[in-house]
Amino acid sequence: MTDKLKIKNKEIAVPGEVLAEGMGFVPSKGISRENDKLVAEQVGMIGIEGKVIKLISLRGVYIPKAGDKIIAKVIDVLMTGWRLDIRGPYSAVLSMKDATSDFIQRGADLTQYFALGDYVLTKITNVTSQKLVDVTMKGPGLRKLKGGRILKVNSHKVPRVIGKDGSMVVMIKQATGCNILVGQNGWIWLDGEPKQEVIAEKAIKKIESEAHLSGLTDRIKDFLEKQTKKKITVEGGKNEKN
Amino acid sequence: MKRTDGRTPDQMRPIKAEVGVIPNADGSAMFSAGKTIAYAAVYGPREMYPRFMQNPKQGVLRCTYNMMPFSGHGDRVRPGGSRRSKEISAVTENALRPVLDLSDYPNAAVDVFIELTQTDGGTRCAGITAAAMALADAGLKMKDLVSAMSMGMLEGEMVVDINGTEDCVLGATDVPIALIPNMDKISLLQLDGEISRETLKKLLDTGKKKCLEIYKAQQNALKEKYKVD
Amino acid sequence: MAEKEHILKSLKAGVRYDGRKLLDYREVSVEPNVTNAEGSARVKIGDTEVLVGVKLAVEEPYPDTPEEGKLMVNTELRPIASPDFESGPPGEQAIDIARVVDRGLRESKALAPEKLCIKAGEKVWSVMIDVVPLNDAGNILDAASIGALAALKNTRFPVVKEDGNIDWEAELTDKKLELGKEPIEVTVLKIGEFYIVDPILKEEELADTSITIAVSKEGLVYAMQKRGDSPLSVDEIDKMVEIAVKKSGELRKIIG
Repeated sequence: MTDKLKIKNKEIAVPGEVLAEGMGFVPSKGISRENDKLVAEQVGMIGIEGKVIKLISLRGVYIPKAGDKIIAKVIDVLMTGWRLDIRGPYSAVLSMKDATSDFIQRGADLTQYFALGDYVLTKITNVTSQKLVDVTMKGPGLRKLKGGRILKVNSHKVPRVIGKDGSMVVMIKQATGCNILVGQNGWIWLDGEPKQEVIAEKAIKKIESEAHLSGLTDRIKDFLEKQTKKKITVEGGKNEKN
Repeated sequence: MKRTDGRTPDQMRPIKAEVGVIPNADGSAMFSAGKTIAYAAVYGPREMYPRFMQNPKQGVLRCTYNMMPFSGHGDRVRPGGSRRSKEISAVTENALRPVLDLSDYPNAAVDVFIELTQTDGGTRCAGITAAAMALADAGLKMKDLVSAMSMGMLEGEMVVDINGTEDCVLGATDVPIALIPNMDKISLLQLDGEISRETLKKLLDTGKKKCLEIYKAQQNALKEKYKVD
Repeated sequence: MAEKEHILKSLKAGVRYDGRKLLDYREVSVEPNVTNAEGSARVKIGDTEVLVGVKLAVEEPYPDTPEEGKLMVNTELRPIASPDFESGPPGEQAIDIARVVDRGLRESKALAPEKLCIKAGEKVWSVMIDVVPLNDAGNILDAASIGALAALKNTRFPVVKEDGNIDWEAELTDKKLELGKEPIEVTVLKIGEFYIVDPILKEEELADTSITIAVSKEGLVYAMQKRGDSPLSVDEIDKMVEIAVKKSGELRKIIG
C-alpha cells in the first residue's frame, strides 16, 4: 500500500482526524497510530518534515515539569513552608530549607519571608507521578516579585513570547522600558510606566493570539513601533534569562 | 409526510457551530439546531474538590446540564437542579467519557458546563455536540469528537432531528443518540415511546449518517477558530 | 499592599490596566430578542456577556396591592461564566445584583404596575426577569441593568385563554409591555482617591468601595447600593452621583 498524506503543512488538525495513511509515516507527540493510519489526538497545527508528522499543541492547561522557572502565588502558609498556586490543576510546596539559607526558628512567623498573595519567581525541582510539586528559591534570579502586575497567557505560547534566545521579550522590554519576567507556566510579571505597561501587555496578547502565524516578529515590531512611536533597532538579546 | 416546521422526514434543522465563545473558559463552544441553542464551557483540568472524589490514576470528567430560566417556550424554568437535569448530566458524561484520555491528569477534574439558552427539542444532543467541541478546544487528548442528534418515530414514520413540538405535543417516539464516528459506536442511547426491533435498527443506521453531518460542522468550527490566513 | 500601590500608580497617570481612561466604558453592545422568551437581550461590555430573559405569568396579586402586577428579578451566576462561580443556590453577589436591579425598576415604577392588572384582586401579570452571565470579565451589574431594560422594552404579551391561563401554543401577541421610567444603573468605584466606571475583575477586587446608582432619563436617582467597608464623605458621594448621571446618558444612547 502506498503512503498517502491527508493534511497539508501548517493546517489545523482536530481530534480523531486521520492525518496520513501508510506505514512510512512517523508520528510524534499528539498523534497516534491506529493500524496504518496516523490520527490526531488533540487540536493542533500540523508540521510535516519529510516522513515525520508533528502536532504543535495550541491549547491546554499548564502541566508542571522539573526545571521549569515559573511565577507562582503564595496561597497558604504551612507548618514548615508555603503552598503556591502555580496555575493549572496542581499546586506546589516551598519548604523552609528551599526558601532561604537563613536559619528559621521553630514556630517563627513565616509570613515575614513570604506572605499570602505574594508572587515569586521560582523553579520546580521535582514532580512526582501523583503530581506533587516541589519548588526552590535557591538559584540565580529567583526571588519575591515586588510591585508590578501579573498577566496570563496560555503556557503553550510561552516559547513564542520569549522568542529565539529571548529576542521577542527583549524587543518588548526595549521598546517599552518595562521589566518583564516570563514564567514557563504562562504567568508574566510586568513592571514599568503605566502607559508603557499597557503597550507591553497588548504586544504580549498579540503574540499569544497570533503565535502560530508566520512573520510574527515583524508584526510585533511594527506594532511596537506604531504604539511607542519609536524606531526599534535592536536585533534581540542573546541568551536572555529570567 | 410534511412536518410542522415544513421539513421532510429526513431533513435536519439548520445547524450552526462556533468554537471559543466564552473567554474565561479553558475551552468553549456553541451549537444550535433550529431554535435549540446550547453553550458549553470546559474548566480544567483543575484541582478537584471534594478531595475524596479524586482519582489517582486519571482525571475525572464532570458534566452539568442546565436550562436557563427563560429558555423554554412555556412556563419559566425554575432554577436549581431537577431529576431530569441530573439524569441528562449523567448520560452526557457517559456519552463523552469514551473519547477522552485524562491519564496525564491524576487527581484533577475536568468540568463541563452546558447551558441551554433556548430550547426546542434535542437539547441533550445539542449539549453533547457543543461539549465535544469545547473539550477539543481545551486542548485535551481525545480519540475523536462526539456528535449527537435526536431521531424519532412520528405517525409510524421515521423522522430525523425531532423538534420540541414533535416530541412534546405530537408524542413522537424520541431516540437521542450520540455517535463516535471513528469507532463507529454509539455512546448515548435513550428512548421513550414505542418501536419495533427492526425499525430501531433502521433508525439507528439513519441516525449515524445524520450524525456525520454534525461531525463535519464540528470539525469545521474547530479549524475555523485557529485558521491561518 | 503591593498590588494596590501598583494600580494606584497607573490610575494617577490617568491610565487603566487595559489602556482606558478612568471614566470610559469598554465597548457596549445590546442585541434584543435572543431567545424564545417574551422579552430578552444579550449585553456585551468588553468580554463580559450577560443574557437577560423576561417571562410572564398570570398570578393572584398580593393582598395589599390588588390592582398591581408583580415583579421579580433573579440572577444566576452559573459556573459556565467564571472559574469562580459555583453551582448551588444564589450567593451574596448574585443576590446583590438581583436586588439592586429589582430596586431600580421597582422604585422608578418602570413597569407601570397598575397597567399589569387583568382583574383587580384576582389576576395580574407577573413579570419575571432572569439575569444569567455567559462570561464574567467584570461589571456584570451594569450589564444586567442595561439588559433588563432592553429585554423589557421588547417584551410582548402571550395570548390568554378563556380559562385565564396562558396559551403557550399560540404566537405572542403584538402588544408590548408599557414602560414608565427607564432606569439605567451605573456602578462607580473608588480606588484610593480615584473614581472609575466599568471595572475589570482586578479593579473590582482592589476597589475600596463602590456605589451602584439607578438613574432615569430625567436624571433622577431611584436606587443606590454602596459596597465595601470604606466610608465616603457627602462630597465624594455627590461626585459619584454626578459621574453616574453623565454615564447613564451615554449608555441610554446605546440601548436606543
